[in-house]
Amino acid sequence: MLYREAGDFKTSYAADQQTFPLKLDRWFVWGVLAFAFLVVPFFINDYWEKSVLLPFLVWSMAALGLNILTGYCGQLSLGTGGFMAVGAYASYKLMVAFPELNMFVVVITSGLITAMVGIGFGLPSLRIKGFYLAVATLAAQFFLVWLFNKVPWFYNYSASGQISAPERTVFGVAVTGAAAPSWATYLFCLVLVVVFAYVARNLTRGRLGRSWMAIRDMDIAAEIIGVSPLKAKLSAFAISSFYIGMSGAMLFAVYLGSAEPTEAFGIDKSFLVLFMVIVGGLGSILGSFLGAAFLILFPVLMKNIMVGGFGWPADLAAHLELVFIGGLIMLFLVVEPHGLAQFWRITKEKLRLWPFPH
Amino acid sequence: MSESNNNAGRTGETLLETKNITLSFGGVKALTDISFDVKEGEIRAIIGPNGAGKSSMLNVISGFYHPQQGEVWFRGEKRGPMKPYEVARQGVARTFQNIALFKGMSTLDNLMTGRMTKMHTNIFWQAIWKGPAEREELEHRERVEEIIDFLGIQSIRKTPVGRLPYGMQKRVELGRALAADAKLLLLDEPMAGMNQEEKEDMCRFILDMNDEFGTTIALIEHDIGVVMDLSDRVVVLDYGCKLADGVPDVVRNDQAVIDAYLGVSHES
Ligand SMILES: Nc1ncnc2c1ncn2[C@@H]1O[C@H](COP(=O)(O)OP(=O)(O)O)[C@@H](O)[C@H]1O
Ligand SMILES: [Mg+2]
Repeated sequence: MLYREAGDFKTSYAADQQTFPLKLDRWFVWGVLAFAFLVVPFFINDYWEKSVLLPFLVWSMAALGLNILTGYCGQLSLGTGGFMAVGAYASYKLMVAFPELNMFVVVITSGLITAMVGIGFGLPSLRIKGFYLAVATLAAQFFLVWLFNKVPWFYNYSASGQISAPERTVFGVAVTGAAAPSWATYLFCLVLVVVFAYVARNLTRGRLGRSWMAIRDMDIAAEIIGVSPLKAKLSAFAISSFYIGMSGAMLFAVYLGSAEPTEAFGIDKSFLVLFMVIVGGLGSILGSFLGAAFLILFPVLMKNIMVGGFGWPADLAAHLELVFIGGLIMLFLVVEPHGLAQFWRITKEKLRLWPFPH
Repeated sequence: MSESNNNAGRTGETLLETKNITLSFGGVKALTDISFDVKEGEIRAIIGPNGAGKSSMLNVISGFYHPQQGEVWFRGEKRGPMKPYEVARQGVARTFQNIALFKGMSTLDNLMTGRMTKMHTNIFWQAIWKGPAEREELEHRERVEEIIDFLGIQSIRKTPVGRLPYGMQKRVELGRALAADAKLLLLDEPMAGMNQEEKEDMCRFILDMNDEFGTTIALIEHDIGVVMDLSDRVVVLDYGCKLADGVPDVVRNDQAVIDAYLGVSHES
């Protein structure tokens, strides 16, 4: 029995409801965090930053956001790309208007602005459900992209219609712009993701999270137990959009550096995040990370193997990659519809009993 | 159970009163001019054949249906049109005829959700968790654990309720309603579909709840035998009309009731 809870008895309710009830899990998480904060920044290079770590962090943030809305509150949304665009354009306007502003403040404020917009587009959810709501959010997606293309004020009348992030700092260190060092952009995103993952965990384990899950599982019963559907749904839209807005701001300002709405925030991004959440596990914080890791890191790995290892042409590799990833997503949905997080839970349960099968 | 049939000693003020409730769906009259009351501390039964309008009555009380005519009075005040969650906040909890649990959540979380109306920390404290939010959580956890002990469901505390057998789900649903510490508990056929042993357990829980926590209960039940043992007063509905109202012994011997139950069956 390598992995177990024997001797790890809980003597208080506080100990019983902590995030990682098992000691081994807690050490593991602290270990990963220590490594991420204290080791990685010293060894990070441009390749790891741009191809692996930043995209993973940025999309994890988006997946956290969509998981709150779809996984916890049961409201299907295809507007993720559009909401990311709101965050991106909000951060752009803020960066231009207030050059001295700390980038943390910029990203968080962009999230708050997106939250407001999210509430607006969440209003239909009070009347419609499921498939119809998905269509309404799809309309939001197309409307928002159209808006950022059409209204020059959003891109400050630039000739190209693009927005580009000027150099902005956190406590004197540049985290945006071409000159920002890899360790700084990485740490900046890491801090945001870690802090807000913790916040997401807290929100989902308490009263608010239960009101979301109650609405998701049985809205009639939720109402009879005292959950206001209006508050539950709109708060889910607001908080989900807050996260997605922050991820959009990070994607544009820190990772891409410049963006054009149709390409950076198109409908394909909405589906990408939805796949992350489904593959990772609906209603699971860990699942959001696993899903983002799978859909961001796996293609990188495959490309390295096919192009770097076998020397295949890059375009062939790109196509094979799509086929392979698509196939894997389908396989996952069939084999473990509750996602990677559930797969991990079951594996742990088995390990706990190992070597005895029952 | 003779003392439970004697409502004189244990029951107090009128807690809930419905006055001349008429409810129709299009042309179908589900309730016609129904008036009855529930007194504090009693177990009140609503019985009647299938389709008599019993569930509709509970749905009116809990705010799902809005009657075309009539008034609902709660704790001495006339109630305006209310949403179900507002009714819940006034102190009314209920269970459903068809189990309506939160299937993806554990037993513990289902019961904790029952305490929704009593939890108040704002979103910022919840985001931080340490401090007021955690304190509130633990405080309510304690009450929920009492209910878990009361219902004997310790072993399924962390089990997602979707995986539990039917009888257990019914029990968890009762627990969730009980966790609300409501002034009035509405139970829609709490024993439907149960075997004899489960029924006896459920009866015991209902009586103990009423005894130990002083909870006022209005329940719908099909099994007339069970009802007579359990309740202080019984109201009988048939085709949306009130047939009889009173203590079990009187209702049992009422000719209209005997006809309704022994005569033509309305069961579909
Ligand atoms: N939402 C509704 N829409 C239309 N008819 C309804 C609705 N709810 C109840 N009814 C009708 O009202 C009558 C009473 O139903 P109900 O209250 O469920 O009876 P009971 O619970 O006594 O078996 C039935 O004829 C039923 O068809
Ligand atoms: Mg019924």
